[in-house]
Amino acid sequence: MTPRPWRVTGRRRETADSWTLDLEPADDGAPMSFLPGQFNMIYAFGIGEAPISISGDPGADRPLVHTVRDVGAVSAAICRAAPGEVLGVRGPYGSAWPVAALGGRHVLIVAGGVGLAPLRPALRAALERRRELAGLTLLLGGRTPADLLFRDELEELGADPRLELAISVDSAGSGWRGHVGVVTTLIDDLDLDPARATALLCGPEVMMRFAAQALIGRGMDRGDIYLSMERNMKCAVTQCGRCQLGPAFVCREGAVMRYCDIERVLGLREV
Amino acid sequence: MAVEGVATTIERGAFDGLLTAIARSGYELIGPTIRDGAIVYDEIATSADLPIGWTDEQDGGSYRLRRRDDEALFGYAVGPQSWKRFLHPPEVTLWRASRDGDGAMAIESCEDGKPSYAFVGVRSCELHAIAIQDRVMVGGEHPDPFYAARRDGALLVAVNCTVGGGTCFCVSMGTGPRAGPGFDIALTEVIDGGRHYFLCEAGSEPGAAILAAVEQAPARAAEAAAATAAIAVAARHQGRSMEADGIRELLYDNYEHPRWDEVSERCLTCGNCTMVCPTCFCTTVEDSTDLAGAEADRTRRWDSCFTMDFSYVHGGSVRASARSRYRQWMTHKLATWIDQFGTSGCVGCGRCITWCPVAIDITEEVAAIRADAID
Repeated sequence: MTPRPWRVTGRRRETADSWTLDLEPADDGAPMSFLPGQFNMIYAFGIGEAPISISGDPGADRPLVHTVRDVGAVSAAICRAAPGEVLGVRGPYGSAWPVAALGGRHVLIVAGGVGLAPLRPALRAALERRRELAGLTLLLGGRTPADLLFRDELEELGADPRLELAISVDSAGSGWRGHVGVVTTLIDDLDLDPARATALLCGPEVMMRFAAQALIGRGMDRGDIYLSMERNMKCAVTQCGRCQLGPAFVCREGAVMRYCDIERVLGLREV
Repeated sequence: MAVEGVATTIERGAFDGLLTAIARSGYELIGPTIRDGAIVYDEIATSADLPIGWTDEQDGGSYRLRRRDDEALFGYAVGPQSWKRFLHPPEVTLWRASRDGDGAMAIESCEDGKPSYAFVGVRSCELHAIAIQDRVMVGGEHPDPFYAARRDGALLVAVNCTVGGGTCFCVSMGTGPRAGPGFDIALTEVIDGGRHYFLCEAGSEPGAAILAAVEQAPARAAEAAAATAAIAVAARHQGRSMEADGIRELLYDNYEHPRWDEVSERCLTCGNCTMVCPTCFCTTVEDSTDLAGAEADRTRRWDSCFTMDFSYVHGGSVRASARSRYRQWMTHKLATWIDQFGTSGCVGCGRCITWCPVAIDITEEVAAIRADAID
């Protein structure tokens, strides 16, 4: 339960309210190995802790990379942490995207806004193993083009023959030549063999619910759809009780959960 | 010499010898005592600190102490507190961070010593509650060191109930009134005509060693029978009961039952039920710094699923309505808890009924849903 000190060694602005931080151990401890989809509890001195998913490449154990959106006092303080400053980190916690089971599958990654952050390690892992996969598609949604994370990387990915990339924004200026509309509409146009597809979803809960329903509408199995869930969390070790989602603890059974396991509670209000 | 499973008797006059023997073994004695018109758990030294000759009358939203017509030491049901305030204290400083001018940060755990508590007067429902909190706090992949330190050193002196409380329903939950496994010593208080004695059983080696130092006699069959009869009185006189069969499925099928709307019109979302519950474990944390900004503490406090903050994620609370928060509490206690920890989270102690300011009764709510269930 006691965090380790990690020093900020790099900091990049992603959007108006999101930053990516590189961290290196500030103690004698080892770097952290993690599974794609896992998260850490990050502590800003005197302000508090927040669960932040790891957005770095799982193949490289340093630096430890997180992408944070400023939505409250703690995340704002983490976003403000300049190179040289020290944050507390404990983890990694939680479940992972099923990257080991993707062989022969068409991997469909659907991300909304900052939801791309926890999917990025899965995307890097999938690209690494691209020859074993039947296909790799990234459907990405954002409020505006300026709200998209990792834009330099997206430019490269757009030209990468290993990946099919489609981006849709809710609203855009005259300079935008891409798709406009919610990300779920991209699913309708998708070339998809539902029996061979595995979908990895992260974004606002309502987006994930509609995306899952659209994929099921396309014939996908409920067990082949994975979602990364978010709930209030203080301890990350099932003892604060706050992240309960029906019988599940999001810190343990999640954040990555199969749609078939949470479909019932997702359909209810205020669970 | 007391041997496990073989009962002995201790006369009332020798009872303080038992407390002395426990204290001499290095334990800090904690037991029931009267404060602010209620029986609470606090430090005790001798039997004079116990609520001698008192009992309690409990009903929905109501708790009163009354004189008994005898000098019983344990002639009452459970009060507002449970042993969780000692094992899982209301406030714990988890760790302290310090920062120097170069921005280097050091974080040190505030794990404290290992207190050795002897809890005197643990009821059967409370033994079950401790076993349930053991699963939550130290039964998983990340055992809580603060709970573990307090629990490992604790001596549990159980007292079998001989009074059925007005809001008790342990019989229907299968958690009492006779203390099951988990105790170090179990006592049954018997007042029989002019004689006042305790039937004693050791449940562990430490318990047996302590009993061996106390003036006692082997229990005769008539004494054991008198104790069993006294416990049977408690079982017969419980004020409440709950039909627990299939309760997990019942609540899973009834997330949208209209009864949740009805109860939310009465519920004040004050959280009293969660504070008095011996198994409720939820917490929040608080971070604070000194004025110079060089030191920062992280403190863990009991929290309640009835607060808006509890389920807050950026943009708002997941459970904004009173309906959803009461539903979360009761469904967790009686249904999802079973999936999470393998048992019910309810031991039938009745505290949530007694201490609810508007007398909401969990047994009545379950019965109302069951009577008109959606399936």
